[in-house]
Amino acid sequence: MRYDVERLAEIARRVRYNALYMITKAGSGHPGGSLSAVDIMVTLYFNIMRYRVEDPFWEDRDRFILSKGHACPALYAIFYELGIIKKEELDTLRKPGSRLQGHPDVKRLPWAEFSSGSLGQGLSFAVGVALAGKIDKKDYYTFVLLGDGESQEGQVWEAAMSARKFRLNNLIGITDRNGLQIDGETESVMPIDPLADKWRAFGWNVLEIDGHNFSQIISAIEKAKESKESPTMIIAHTIKGKGVSFMENVVDFHGKAPSPKEWELASVELGGDSVE
Amino acid sequence: MNKLAMRDVYGETLLELGKLYPNLIVLDADVSKSTKTISFAKAFPDRFFDVGIAEANLMGISAGIASTGKIVFASTFSVFASGRAYDQVRQSIAYPNRNVKIVATHCGVTAGEDGAMHQAFEDIALMRSIPNMRVIAPSDGIEAKKVIKKIVELPGPFYVRLARPATPVIFDESYDFELGKGTILREGKDGVIVACGIMTYIALESAEILLRDGIDIGVVSMSSIKPIDVELISSLSKNYKYIFSCEDHSIIGGLGSAIGEVLPPTEAKLVRIGINDEFGDSGKFEELLKFYKLDPLSIAEKVREVILNDRI
Ligand SMILES: Cc1ncc(C[n+]2csc(CCOP(=O)(O)OP(=O)(O)O)c2C)c(N)n1
Ligand SMILES: [Mg+2]
Repeated sequence: MRYDVERLAEIARRVRYNALYMITKAGSGHPGGSLSAVDIMVTLYFNIMRYRVEDPFWEDRDRFILSKGHACPALYAIFYELGIIKKEELDTLRKPGSRLQGHPDVKRLPWAEFSSGSLGQGLSFAVGVALAGKIDKKDYYTFVLLGDGESQEGQVWEAAMSARKFRLNNLIGITDRNGLQIDGETESVMPIDPLADKWRAFGWNVLEIDGHNFSQIISAIEKAKESKESPTMIIAHTIKGKGVSFMENVVDFHGKAPSPKEWELASVELGGDSVE
Repeated sequence: MNKLAMRDVYGETLLELGKLYPNLIVLDADVSKSTKTISFAKAFPDRFFDVGIAEANLMGISAGIASTGKIVFASTFSVFASGRAYDQVRQSIAYPNRNVKIVATHCGVTAGEDGAMHQAFEDIALMRSIPNMRVIAPSDGIEAKKVIKKIVELPGPFYVRLARPATPVIFDESYDFELGKGTILREGKDGVIVACGIMTYIALESAEILLRDGIDIGVVSMSSIKPIDVELISSLSKNYKYIFSCEDHSIIGGLGSAIGEVLPPTEAKLVRIGINDEFGDSGKFEELLKFYKLDPLSIAEKVREVILNDRI
């Protein structure tokens, strides 16, 4: 799929609507980090990545690994756009037995690639997937989305070191740099800046973009694909809760579902039921 | 019915202890609003440290602080405290017997909708098998408070397992927690359920249901899983034909296993009720109790089945 920016924006709007719809219906979940990641994920699935919806095990597919697994409502809403998830299923988020678990479940939903939820583990997995691509002489790319708070986990930096050692230019990381985690701002809970310098020091190629600007996301990934030896980290500056005015930059909407009243307001802001 | 969330009680108790113990330090890993250490953080900002999303570091730093003679409480979700930081707990805290109290919240199914990746059904097993580590799963909010107040006085490492939601209160204020002691909550004739954590109030409800069917079941709260009350288990095995262990944890390595390890041979029959060697699932915790057949009705059914099958 190579959708233009206008279509990406329309899909992103629907994905935001449905992600928040699911969270509201479930009565729990993570709106903030889902909304901040939507534009990045939509660009990957509808402009960048090569995959076959009907065959999640296709060997040559590009891989997307959602390391910050709590943002899975955004992933599920994308899977809904792709027809992987049926409409009725949107009402089953976070329910026993559902394919739409509180964090991605690769056993029930193989398109998810990785069962994340314990933060800090996705990049190591992605290094493995990218390394296997080199072993098998495949030309697929491995994309992995990290939270900025997540980058406080030591394992992230163990993985960072190994990606450079193995010269994984087929590995493209994206950090959802929304500046917030649960206990507050990343820079007051546990500072991660200067983040770009850290990744550079680990031998990565680093790009910084506006994570809500589709053209910037596309061109950053195109640039990353030109890398000869290094993995690339794209630091995407985003707004937690993006798209819903009263959620933007509000740390309490990290892990709190909107009330029915808040959903009413939010659904109007997100284009209302024109989605249906 | 009066209900209390163990984690809320934990937050309040820490506040109280902070005033009494100037050398008490609290650490968290970006979940202080959920573990409720945030109340201590606000009252004693100089003695609270948030290490960010870094559980291994949490345990390592805690051990280092404790090595200078301070009392350290380290909190995060049970899945991360026991699993994500297992080696740091083992090497840096347990081996040198550091004075670190690991108080882990969102235990077992009470992690709820977050699902399998957030639900540790193995934490009791992991922590119990480490030398020096003592493991407690309080049965209600009152006991949670008594446990926290007790362990602050007992040197060395502890793992305390707390639930997220408000659950019925079982004990009253006169109750005194004693390490290594179980509590008989109800005598019975046909068998006894030995429970820990949230399963204790559920066991009491199961016993009520069974009584209506003419089955008289005792209930024991065994919150001190390590050390465990060997004496009480020995006497239960003499008084009852059946002991049902009951836990929101894997039947492998948890309370049931701990009982089995000290049960005198050839006496009572031990039936372990818990999670049957599987991973978790998303859902509200009451939904999950039903899903895993750990709700009062399902447990009553299981007990009835065992007892009636044997009678025939
Ligand atoms: C290992 C681990 N520790 C703690 C948590 C609990 N947790 C869930 S989300 C979150 C904050 C994540 O912040 P960030 O990575 O910045 O994500 P975002 O802001 O994009 O939502 C935490 C601490 C977890 N899921 N995994
Ligand atoms: Mg963040």
